[in-house]
Amino acid sequence: MKLEELRFGTELVKRGFVAMQKGGVIMDVVNAEQAMIAEEAGAVAVMSLERVPSDIRKAGGVARMADPAKVLEIIDSVSIPVMGKTRIGHFVEAQVLEALGVDMIDESEVLTPADEDYHIVKTAFTVPFVCGARNLGEACRRINEGAAMIRTKGEAGTGNVVEAVRHMRAITSGIHELQGMDDIEIAARARAIEAPFEILKDCAVRGRLPVVNFSAGGIATPCDAAMMMQLGCDGVFVGSGIFKSETPAEMALAIVEAVNHYDDASVIAEVSRGLGNAMPGLDIHKIPESEVLRFRGN
Amino acid sequence: MGINIGVCALQGDVSEHIMAFKAALSASGQEGEVFSFRRAMDIPRCDVIVLPGGESTTISRLLRKNEMYGPLRAFKGGIFATCAGMVLIGREVDDPRVEPLGIMDITVGRNAFGRQRDSCEMAVTIIGDERPFCGYFIRAPVITSVGPEAVPLCYADRVVGAVQGPHMALSFHPELGGDLRLHLLFLKRLGADTTAP
Repeated sequence: MKLEELRFGTELVKRGFVAMQKGGVIMDVVNAEQAMIAEEAGAVAVMSLERVPSDIRKAGGVARMADPAKVLEIIDSVSIPVMGKTRIGHFVEAQVLEALGVDMIDESEVLTPADEDYHIVKTAFTVPFVCGARNLGEACRRINEGAAMIRTKGEAGTGNVVEAVRHMRAITSGIHELQGMDDIEIAARARAIEAPFEILKDCAVRGRLPVVNFSAGGIATPCDAAMMMQLGCDGVFVGSGIFKSETPAEMALAIVEAVNHYDDASVIAEVSRGLGNAMPGLDIHKIPESEVLRFRGN
Repeated sequence: MGINIGVCALQGDVSEHIMAFKAALSASGQEGEVFSFRRAMDIPRCDVIVLPGGESTTISRLLRKNEMYGPLRAFKGGIFATCAGMVLIGREVDDPRVEPLGIMDITVGRNAFGRQRDSCEMAVTIIGDERPFCGYFIRAPVITSVGPEAVPLCYADRVVGAVQGPHMALSFHPELGGDLRLHLLFLKRLGADTTAP
């Protein structure tokens, strides 16, 4: 096989990778032990981190990419894909994550942004990117920069699903509105929400985002996860919700089951029994504005 | 009476498989229904089962949890398996985290090409077809050995596809690219019950 006959990192190879994650749960982990618990529970991938979001909030200061030693420790411990987080706009952290062998990069508002004007040019990378979004315009801007996957931002590290719901509904209703529009109206909407016309048009035709869309940021129980699935997302990210709960292995298993049978309340009831306390929650309205993560990156 | 094609929707690229088989049915002029299923009780009403791409460890665990191993092993129709589906359908896998179904006489190696940065588009040779096929290999497995009951079908340096009776297993994802040749070949073989590709 001649190398020139192989095409790496094409749009279809990137989006295809993401398509394989659909219907799955991606879990935040901070070491090999947690990664193995996640894999055993049936996670489709793990997000390698220095700290889970709720601990990032507590620690304060500048939150950066994880130590490469940590990322490699996690990569070596599991066979499922491993993702890594880079700061918004920090393309060198992203280059390093790609060099380490992570399967997907999350340009994440959970870390402290490195560039307040520009996101990473994601088309320049071989591995696919996932980016957060709160609404349709933001999602389309990220897709235009080359994101192969969107996750609704929610408010990470709070155990409060309310923002995840808000962002999911915003994207869905934004697309519903487009579907009654002709091209000139879509063009006007594109200007209003600062989104590229072609991507908006694509959303209107498909009746959904042109890339896979997971829900994230505050999912703490099997019911939360199933609700996000019923609201139309393709899968969920669970951050602090698993390893900050009283029974992480059981919680991980229960959330996988709940996503799998999201439309069957009897299954969700069964898997939710006796899980102990979910992660301690945080009142979103009491977070000082400077510590609100979802406002980072636009 | 049309053909009932059920895509096992525990996890993975289910909608892509549904669209590809709908297109293949219409291209071959056959009647039929393509649907997804997530319960073992739906298996008997299928003529064809699709085991999609996804994470094989996840799907394996969910097959066990949903008590599908027995019904799938007893299934009499044809199975179309891509990527993770191929990992599951074989006799043996190089990873104890995945329990194979043992339906096809092949041995499979997981993630044989490496990590996502090594995932690629690559030309595949299909036996009996002169035109190369664009294969999308995504953290793909390979067939490391083909037993006497199965027959190799596709090559890309290594064996990346095989058939056995009505079953077909592929390392790559024909459901992604829009080229329906392998789907059509699968449908053609269903009635024919040939042993050679």
